[in-house]
This record gives sequence, C-alpha cells and structure tokens, in this order.
Amino acid sequence: MSKMLYTTTLPGNGHWSLELRRGSLMKITDIEGGANVGMLFYNPRNLLERYNAPDTLKCQHTFKLQRGNCLYSDMGRIFASIVEDYSANGEGNWHDTICGNSTAELVEQQWGKRDYQTHRNQWKQNGYDAFLVELAKYGLGRADMASNINWFSKVIADDHGNIKLDTKNQCAGNSVTLRFEMDTLVIMHACPHPLNKSEAYPFTSVEIELGEADPVSDDDYCKNFREENQRGFQNNKLYYLSNK
Amino acid sequence: MSHLPSHLHPETAFSTHYVPAGDYFLGEIKQGQTFRIVDLKGNQAADVLFYNAKDPSERYSAMDTIRNQGNLYLSAGTKLMSNANRELLEIVADTCGRHDTLGGACATESNTVRYSLEKRCMHACRDSWMLAIAEHPEFGISKRDITHNINFFMNVPVTADGGLTFEDGISAPGKYVELKAKMDIVMLISNCPQLNNPCNGYNPTPIEVIVWN
Repeated sequence: MSKMLYTTTLPGNGHWSLELRRGSLMKITDIEGGANVGMLFYNPRNLLERYNAPDTLKCQHTFKLQRGNCLYSDMGRIFASIVEDYSANGEGNWHDTICGNSTAELVEQQWGKRDYQTHRNQWKQNGYDAFLVELAKYGLGRADMASNINWFSKVIADDHGNIKLDTKNQCAGNSVTLRFEMDTLVIMHACPHPLNKSEAYPFTSVEIELGEADPVSDDDYCKNFREENQRGFQNNKLYYLSNK
Repeated sequence: MSHLPSHLHPETAFSTHYVPAGDYFLGEIKQGQTFRIVDLKGNQAADVLFYNAKDPSERYSAMDTIRNQGNLYLSAGTKLMSNANRELLEIVADTCGRHDTLGGACATESNTVRYSLEKRCMHACRDSWMLAIAEHPEFGISKRDITHNINFFMNVPVTADGGLTFEDGISAPGKYVELKAKMDIVMLISNCPQLNNPCNGYNPTPIEVIVWN
C-alpha cells in the first residue's frame, strides 16, 4: 500500500522547492476551492534536463492534463505520472499547460502592489517572481523558466483559438496525485493564475502530502494510457539500469 | 483564418538565405528590418526561436504571446512577446493563415517516445539547434535557451474537449510569413527534417529567408 508520510499547507501566495526521489508520491489538494499551483521540474543531476510542455502535449496528443498523462522532460524521460485526479463536484479536473504565470504587473493592475511593509506575509506575491526566487537557489534564472503547469486551472479554447479561464470545475476537495518516475527537483508556487480576475487577491491555499508509492506494475494505468508512455517508461528504465 | 499579403519585393531585399531541410539559420535582424520566411515547396515546418540580441535570456515566450492576445494561434497582426512581456516582433504579412504555438520542435529524445526507441538516430530539429549554438558561441545561446518554439506553416488545432490534432498542412508552395523586428533580435530556425509524421508531408523541403531594411 502506498503511504503518506508528511502533510503541509502551501499558502495561496506561497512557493517552495524540493527534491523528490523516484517512487515518491505528491498529492496536492485544493482545500478551499479556486487554488492554482504553478509547477516546473528539473533533473537534479543535470539541471539542463527540464520539464518540456510541447513534448508532453504532442507525445500524448493532448492540450489538457488529466489522470493517465505523464509529464515529460526534454530528454524523452518521465518526471512524474498523474496517478490520481479527483474532481469533488464531478465537473472533472483539467490542468493548464500554456498560460504561464501571473507577473508583478498583472497582480498590481488587478489587486494592488506587493507590499511587505504593509501586509507582511499576506503580501500579494506573483507566480513569476515566486519562480525566480526558487530557481535562483539552484543557480537558475529566467532563461530556465520553461512553460509551466498550472494545476486546477481550466483554460479552454474555442474554434478560433480564443482562450479563457473556466472556473466551473473549481471545488474544495479537488486533488491531483503525482508519482515520480525519476529523481526530480520540483519548483512550485500557489500564486494566482494569470487569467484570474477575482475581486480580491485569491489567498487560496493547498494541502501537500508526500509519501511513497507502490512499485509500478506492468498493467499500470499511466504506463499503458498511451503507447508513447510505454516508451517513456522504457527510457526511464534505461536511465536507472542496474541502479540498486 | 485571414491572409494579408506583403507589399515588399524580393528584388529590393538586403539579403536572401536558402535553408535546405535538416539545416539551420542563425542570424541577427536589426530593429526596423522586415524579414520573410518562405515555404518554397509547400507543407514544410519551420521551427523558430527568437532572442533579444543584447541578452538571450530574454526570448520569445509562447506563454506571454498567447496570454497577451488571448489566442493560441499566430497570424497577421500577432505581436510576438518576450518572457519579460515586451514586444519582440510583429507579424506584418501572412499568406498561410495560421501558425502553431503548442507543438514545439522534434528531438531525437522525444522521437523515441513518439515512434520507437530505435529511431533515436533520425535527424531532428533539436540536433540542428545544438549544432547551431555549438558552431556560433558568439551569440551566447546555450541549451537553457532552447525551449518552446513557433512552428511556422503548421496547423495544430485544439479541440473543445482539450485534445490536440495534427491537421493536413494548410501551407502551399510559395506561402510566407513576414515579420518586423521591434528590437535587435537573433533568429534561430531549424528547417524541420521530421519523416515520422506528416508535418512536412513526409518530404522535408527547403525554405528561404529574405531580409529588407
């Protein structure tokens, strides 16, 4: 049985980074409803290998992310699989792959300037700066900020390609669980989605649970979700060949 | 999907560059110059990256461009934005109609996932880019800067339920896209060599880059 070993809360303006070993689980829960979690992945042994959105989308012929999808590096390997994806109101989860981050400018226009002097830890942080702060700890900068995932944010496109943020699926209790298929440096923030137009700055926090997954079976849902994922898993197997 | 032809004539061009399939273009375009990328034989994918010539850590950003225009596709009138949300280029003419922002470039590594592990030695865009940056260290571009590119002449529609489809090419012989540089930029093109899917009609062909002052 997989088991969770640590639970914490990431506040709605917070950010964090951590290394997770192959075989780890991370479950993110939108405890209040309306959260957004920006995320990027890097190979800690070679930071040049990073999460690649176009490869993830085109390998799996998808625009959105859901249970069964794998999150690919630019070297044909899988950082993590989406093993569970729970929608509390039954509308279905759908995660954004292309909108990027809120910036200082966007946040100021919508909700006012970030100001620690006045607001202390309730200051209005933006996703872009949150990523810059975490990335700098590893010697990385804006050049390394690839197209990120935005968990819990549904961005839809019409026939002409016009996009908008659809908030119907947002609900307290929505969750997504990732199983890490290789050692991964995870960079994350819970700052607002760039298309979020709420009245007030959304200080919507998320719960993070970390644990250990069961070994990946031959009939694993994500491995077999698409033929392409079977090959992705083979690439990971080669990467860990004779790893005890 | 709208078309907007150019008023410029190749005879008055400042320079012309012929790029065979599987090869790259890496060069600077000055602020105010206009350049045209021509799909000479039709249905060829041109994978392109743009950088601020003075600082390659500022580069074309798919996220900022899509968000700024509220639309996934590139066509005449699109402003190509940088990761600092500044305007790098504007598409001033386009006879193709629509260009892709999502599909990215092929790579030997992603080819093993998409097709077969044993296809890892088939030439791919990323390898062209690696050769380009290795042969031209003067541009200061490294693998960190090789990321989410534009695919000119490719049509990759998104469906209502979030799927991604690869449609038949909407491009044809002689179709082009023309852009004006809003700052000094560096352009890096891979003329895609992919043979495993129809993005080049299974027949990669040459493109041409024409630059005017």
